[in-house]
Amino acid sequence: MATQRLGWLVPTVAALVLLCLPTVLSPYAQGLVAKIMVYAVFALSLELLVGTTGLVSLGHAAFLGIGAYVTVLAAPESGGNALIWLMPLAMLAAAAYAVAVGLLSLRTQGVYFIMVTLAFAQMAYFVFHDTKLAGGSDGLYLYVRPVLGLGTTTLLDPAEGRQLYLLVWAMLVATYALLAMLTRSRFGHALAGIRVNEQRMRAAGYRTQHYKLAAFVIAGALAGLAGCLLAVKDGVVNPELLSWHESGAVLLMLILGGLGHLRGAVIGAVAFTLLKEFFASEGLVGPLAAHWQLSLGLSIIVLVAALPRGLMGLRSLWRPRG
Amino acid sequence: MDLATFLVQCLNAVQYGLLLFLLASGLTLIFGIMGVINLAHGSFYMLGAYMAFGLAPFFGGNFIGMLVVGVLLAAAFGYVLEWLFFSYLYQREHLQQVLMTYALILVFEELRSLLAGNNVHGVQAPAWLAGSIALGELMSYPVYRLFASAACIVIALGLYALVNHTRLGMMVRAGASNRDMVRGLGINIKLLYRGVFAAGVALAALAGMIAAPMSSVYPGMGGSVLIICFVVVVIGGIGSITGALIASLLVGFVDTFGKVFFAEYSGVGVYLLMAVVLVWRPQGLMRRGY
Repeated sequence: MATQRLGWLVPTVAALVLLCLPTVLSPYAQGLVAKIMVYAVFALSLELLVGTTGLVSLGHAAFLGIGAYVTVLAAPESGGNALIWLMPLAMLAAAAYAVAVGLLSLRTQGVYFIMVTLAFAQMAYFVFHDTKLAGGSDGLYLYVRPVLGLGTTTLLDPAEGRQLYLLVWAMLVATYALLAMLTRSRFGHALAGIRVNEQRMRAAGYRTQHYKLAAFVIAGALAGLAGCLLAVKDGVVNPELLSWHESGAVLLMLILGGLGHLRGAVIGAVAFTLLKEFFASEGLVGPLAAHWQLSLGLSIIVLVAALPRGLMGLRSLWRPRG
Repeated sequence: MDLATFLVQCLNAVQYGLLLFLLASGLTLIFGIMGVINLAHGSFYMLGAYMAFGLAPFFGGNFIGMLVVGVLLAAAFGYVLEWLFFSYLYQREHLQQVLMTYALILVFEELRSLLAGNNVHGVQAPAWLAGSIALGELMSYPVYRLFASAACIVIALGLYALVNHTRLGMMVRAGASNRDMVRGLGINIKLLYRGVFAAGVALAALAGMIAAPMSSVYPGMGGSVLIICFVVVVIGGIGSITGALIASLLVGFVDTFGKVFFAEYSGVGVYLLMAVVLVWRPQGLMRRGY
């Protein structure tokens, strides 16, 4: 009971701690945390699909990449107060592709769904990689960062590290709050019902296809937001953002953190990014750093085998589930 | 487009399609029978290509001998890998299978870079297959590509005979349509799984070895071919060898002629084909029967 009532407390405290962190962080650490927060938005968007609805998509990076590319392509050359409409635009573009992919891929289930989402993400990858639409394999640069403002006053200028951090933080909190409300709503319960037993939901009169498509599009739009933030943060986009390695990595974050919990997605984003940094940093692992893929791959195998419910599953070690 | 060019492109399409078939047939059987989604299948293709690069100096002109040795090595590797790794995946959810085989790719890629470096290598076609045949007045077609097609056809026919006309094949077909029933009938399912997996690895490695002299041998070559194989499996229907053959040839033609007519957007064609099939028959062209 007590844990139920205080369910909002941990995320709130975590958000406040994150807000205060930059005062004690070095610029490098601040950038790293900002990166983790962007990936947390990305992982949260997929959590709605995989954890809540039970749809395993291996093509989620397509929406991240589309959001990022649209941001760079649509940003005015002089920068200016553009972020206020760039973020919705990136989400809209990603959502539009999600509608098309969702309509087709949701005709299938299980293993097929995994393969089809992967294939359509690869199609988007080829469009950006092979054609001259957006810089080909070299990608594009965002020379002047657009700012977030109201009227003529500038609220946040992402060219400055601290303000970028605040922007990403605000978006993470907004995404988390939105998804927390969504999963507690009637819609969210219907999605959970689909995950547990779709036939029964259909028999109960739910149009499960519509619900699944809605979840797919919302997840795509939020991934587009993460893409927009990533483009603004890095100032550069390239086709590798859409590659299936990125889609695999975000799935890993989810299972590393623990499926079925929003905070699991955030914890997973933290754990995965830190794990990657750890294995690639020469100061910590010495000459192994050059072969970080080997150590990362092996530790993923061990972690997935040993912790099928992720880091969130560790709780049951000291708190009996009831 | 004149007739000779058209003919050459058709030959290319068939050759590419048949090569894809070698890869996709193993993948579709592993899906169909063991129910495992294996992202690392592309790595076996890469393994084959690097084996061709590594083994070629030892065999000189004896290309066929090299292929045989390579296939045996790959099958042994697959057998051990199934025993040590994949047999633990059968009971797990698809999501965990995806992640663990994804991690396996990272491991394979890094081992490849440790053992063979990150350079792009070329493999010479054997001398007796090095020439080309004149087609019309201007065009010519390399003998090696004809050999590659012929080799793939021989293997496809062998696979067809094996799956449709032997007792072993019967078990494989039964396993693809109803796993639990096969287990219930007292067939040694563990050995069957191990055999099918080893065969899948051997076929993928063979495809890699055959492809090595035509395309160069390079890091990451398994990734892109894997996704095309998924498209083939989706179009053909999981667990169907015939479906894999039809789908491979379709993909071969769409991809080859896409490159001729829409150079820049050719990468998209195969996926549009998949989209059309999904609208028409979401379960794949040949979900039932062989």
